[in-house]
Amino acid sequence: MHIHPLEKRWIYLVLAVVGIFLAAIFYTALARNIHPPSHIEPIDSASLHLSAEFAEDKLGVWTQPDGTIRVTLVAARYGFYPREIRLPAGTPVTFRIASADVLHGVHIPMTNMGTMVVPGYVSEITTTFPKPGEYPMLCNEYCGLGHDHMWSKVTVVAKESWPEASAAQPIGR
Amino acid sequence: MLTIEIRKLALSHFAVAFGAFGLAALMGFYQVLARSDLIPALQSPGVYFASVSTHGVLMAYVLTTFFIMGFGYVTAVSSLKTPLWNPRWAWIGFWTSAVGTGLAALPLLLGRASVLYTFYPPVQAHALFYIGAALLVVGSWFWAVIMIVMHGQWKKAHPGEPVPLPMFATTANAILWLWTSAGVASEVVFQLIPWSMGLKDTVDPGLARTLFAWTLHPIVYFWLIPAYIALYSFVPKAAGGKLFSDELGRVAFVMLLVLSLPIGFHHLYMDPQQGAGFKLSHGTLTFLVAVPTLLTAFTITASVELAGRINGGTGLFGWIGALPWRNSMVLAGILAAAMLVLGGFGGLVNASYAMNAMVHNTAWVAGHFHLIFGGTTVILYMATTYYLWPRLTGKPLCSSTLPLIQLWSWFWGFVILTTAWHILGLLGQPRRISTVTYHSPLTFAWDPYILTMVVGGTVLMVSAGLFVYILAKSYRQPETGPIQADEIEYAEPLEPVTRVHPLLNGFSVWNIALAVLMLANFGYPIAQFFLIKTFGSVAWGY
Ligand code: HEM
Ligand SMILES: [Cu+2]
Ligand SMILES: [Cu+2]
Repeated sequence: MHIHPLEKRWIYLVLAVVGIFLAAIFYTALARNIHPPSHIEPIDSASLHLSAEFAEDKLGVWTQPDGTIRVTLVAARYGFYPREIRLPAGTPVTFRIASADVLHGVHIPMTNMGTMVVPGYVSEITTTFPKPGEYPMLCNEYCGLGHDHMWSKVTVVAKESWPEASAAQPIGR
Repeated sequence: MLTIEIRKLALSHFAVAFGAFGLAALMGFYQVLARSDLIPALQSPGVYFASVSTHGVLMAYVLTTFFIMGFGYVTAVSSLKTPLWNPRWAWIGFWTSAVGTGLAALPLLLGRASVLYTFYPPVQAHALFYIGAALLVVGSWFWAVIMIVMHGQWKKAHPGEPVPLPMFATTANAILWLWTSAGVASEVVFQLIPWSMGLKDTVDPGLARTLFAWTLHPIVYFWLIPAYIALYSFVPKAAGGKLFSDELGRVAFVMLLVLSLPIGFHHLYMDPQQGAGFKLSHGTLTFLVAVPTLLTAFTITASVELAGRINGGTGLFGWIGALPWRNSMVLAGILAAAMLVLGGFGGLVNASYAMNAMVHNTAWVAGHFHLIFGGTTVILYMATTYYLWPRLTGKPLCSSTLPLIQLWSWFWGFVILTTAWHILGLLGQPRRISTVTYHSPLTFAWDPYILTMVVGGTVLMVSAGLFVYILAKSYRQPETGPIQADEIEYAEPLEPVTRVHPLLNGFSVWNIALAVLMLANFGYPIAQFFLIKTFGSVAWGY
């Protein structure tokens, strides 16, 4: 096969550049453990109201024994329930979200919080909010004619003003 | 010279393609206007989502499939210099796809299929929509088979000779399309049609998304390969030069075929139903598929540079000015390359395993694919059509300046539209909304960009109208006698190729490689839905 010397150099350059990109991705994935939300956990979306975790009175913000925070949400047309939550800054927060109806997606602009919410599967994502403030939590996948209206509010407060709470009670809602 | 039969076949395909395109462009304009809230009377989610669903289907499935089929027939007969194999099949394919398009259009326009062009269940459309979409695909399979058979027959009749590059690429695309469409076809046939007709109560949205992701990435290469054929085969010649390397062109098309298929999970990075390992594997291959595009960038730039120097250009950049910018093919090639560079950077962000989270399902994504698909790909469809039109209709174009104005405005329209769209995405605006209703201060930052999009959309609508106008006007001219050149001419390689390695002349080994890669990357991810207990979803309206 005939390859011009200049083109040969270009090919090496291209391979080197791709190699650098891949090295960066593998480094963050394997050494820093940064992964997109992958979590294969089936759930029956038709009977969330009967589930131990996603029944209506179980939704909201919970403090775990180890001090981290867990948020249990249901995505349903058209909102993320509970519609308003409060969270502390600078603390790892794990969201667990299930859809009660169709496909949704969620992200909180300017943060790392985002995942698809697929009916039949629990979505789980852990993140830390660096800064206090009022954040909208938006649905980002078309879910019906009311998709534009599907959003909820997240208020992130400074760590110092975050109340200590017992693990038995949902807090921050 | 093309026979009357081929001309009629190609023109029929192009008529459907560009009719759909004109209608969809009007809808695109309505959409940017509706989202801006400039005219409150336009606010209606029902109309808006019927419109985006139709716009998406017409642009992504109808314009592309019909253009690719029509262009493929022309490429096959003109580059191989043989008659079309089985014209009857070609017409059956055309009518199957056309009827499918019509069947799908009914519920779309009536608002009974407002499920967007990705039709993710469990939101359910009218059964006719899925049946129509399936027929559109089935019709295109006739085309794919004809391309593969013609490639094989020519090789048999010319042992040891290299298949002409444009036909090699077209065959690669036909094979790519058969592999690609298998994913969505299984979703539609085994899941959606039975479910929408009431034969099945539930579908598994996780499996449906996995099958759709099988198709969703390589389909963009199905759309792109004809544009690359124009870059390899028409642009160097139009610029007054030769193709720098025929063999590396073949390498690029083979890599596009093999590497674009096992990577669809970059559309599922944010999904819960697939594991991190498979996502990382697809993500790695996604970066490798940048290689053939970068090879193409080199080959085409080198070809065009040689042409510029032949035309008297000197110095490091002087050759650029010496190119025939007033040739519509050359102009489109340059503008397409500019948009490809911009869009390529965005693509690296989307493809990144971790960074994707920042832009996933935001307005950034719609900005990205309008730039690279609506921009890069379609501008080359347009230039190719300007080149073919006189050879198909037997009449010259009605003007030599109007096409240039049209191509420039298509470029600037997309630069304006998609720059604003990308910024909106970084500012957190979700895609697929019909208007902004969130009561959050964040949305104030969006306003200027939403207005900028209206400007871009206006330019584009005018440009799209001009394109359709030029074709219609030229077609309706009175007969003007034969035009000067009616052969279709492909760029010659700088180094004549008399023989190439069999691996670069056929696809059997590549099909096996592809089967192995697909099994490794999709085997378990699909099988898992049958191995673990999952729960289906009932149908939901919208
Ligand atoms: C006349 C110029 C165009 C304008 C003003 C326009 C505008 C739009 C708008 C506003 C959307 C909604 C996007 C969203 O909400 O996320 C959209 C969707 C879409 N456009 Fe265009 N568009 C144009 C041309 C094109 C072209 C040339 C193509 C491809 C050939 C294209 C393909 C698509 C597709 C596939 C969708 C569906 C996206 C989805 O469902 O999320 N558009 N367009
Ligand atoms: Cu939603
Ligand atoms: Cu893709």
